[in-house]
Amino acid sequence: MRQQIVDTKISSHVSGEADECLFEYLHTEMVNYTLSKSVNKKEKEEELCRLEWMGFSVGYRIIERLTRECSRFKDELDMIKFICTDFWISLYHKQIDNLRTNHHGVYVLQDNSFRLLEKVGTNSNKQYLQESPRLLAFTCGLLRGSLANLGIISTVNAEISTLPTCKFHVQVQQI
Amino acid sequence: MNHIPYVNMSRTGTKLDWKKVNSELFTLTYGALVAQLLKDYENVEDVNKQLERMGYNMGIRLIEDFLARTGSGRCYDFRDTAEKIQTGFKIFLGITPVIANWSAAGDEFSLCFESNPLTEFVELPDHCLNLKYCNILIGILRGACEMVQMEIACWFVQDQLKNDNVNELRVKFIKRLEDAIPAGED
Repeated sequence: MRQQIVDTKISSHVSGEADECLFEYLHTEMVNYTLSKSVNKKEKEEELCRLEWMGFSVGYRIIERLTRECSRFKDELDMIKFICTDFWISLYHKQIDNLRTNHHGVYVLQDNSFRLLEKVGTNSNKQYLQESPRLLAFTCGLLRGSLANLGIISTVNAEISTLPTCKFHVQVQQI
Repeated sequence: MNHIPYVNMSRTGTKLDWKKVNSELFTLTYGALVAQLLKDYENVEDVNKQLERMGYNMGIRLIEDFLARTGSGRCYDFRDTAEKIQTGFKIFLGITPVIANWSAAGDEFSLCFESNPLTEFVELPDHCLNLKYCNILIGILRGACEMVQMEIACWFVQDQLKNDNVNELRVKFIKRLEDAIPAGED
């Protein structure tokens, strides 16, 4: 399957849809813009929720288009699996590396080389570790929005310990 | 987190066309950004400016990508530039605009295109008539050209969001930028 992904990557600039790097550059500009709205550090963290909100609205819309031809999901876990596989592959070009759950509404999605962090640094490089979380706010929102439109109300947090690995913690609100 | 057990992720399902999804991701993300800017600024003109600025920042990076992918060298003349911009549209947006309406002096041309991935799910409400929705493109072009020592101006003459039949982007050559002397040298 890996081979397949590489192949489409090469052919992508022949047939050419909105090329992948365009999204990456746009995302960077959105982060810059959001952060430029504030001066001190505390405010900056508050500003990140605007980024999260933008992610939410994108996620809410895109999931509708992605699941048009899907068969009905069996349960919550099935939806999360869809997010980890098909959803992640089409948005971030690889699937989530591992998924954990306590079967009571907590899910941990780990990506060992997250697309938006890949070019920032590797294991040995801690230079940008502190700034990296801002690159995840949009995706947290994207996850939350997608789940919301599938009927799952949740909170999503992200954590980075070494680049470019990151974990998304999804906590489903039990109703 | 060790108490949370791993799950086997395999599932039977449909495979999605990720190239299409990627284009939609870009379109929707851009839409969310414009919506946010409209919320942040009272004045639509400020939104236009901000979009252009962001485009400019993208353009100065995008040109590296473009040159690396196409391996193209310097432009011989402005006609050559027009063709390269056309190629850029093809690579990054998957559309091939038609180059038309050259000015007599050969310093101005138009790019006409019917489908625009940026506006795929977009309709402008009445109070946004002054919004230049695709202003990011203008910034991108300007930024990219500036990195190859060319100052250009561009603007939309026709816009499908404003009920025109096509999108027409006008590009005008302003001047050649000279290589700056590195700081500290004469």
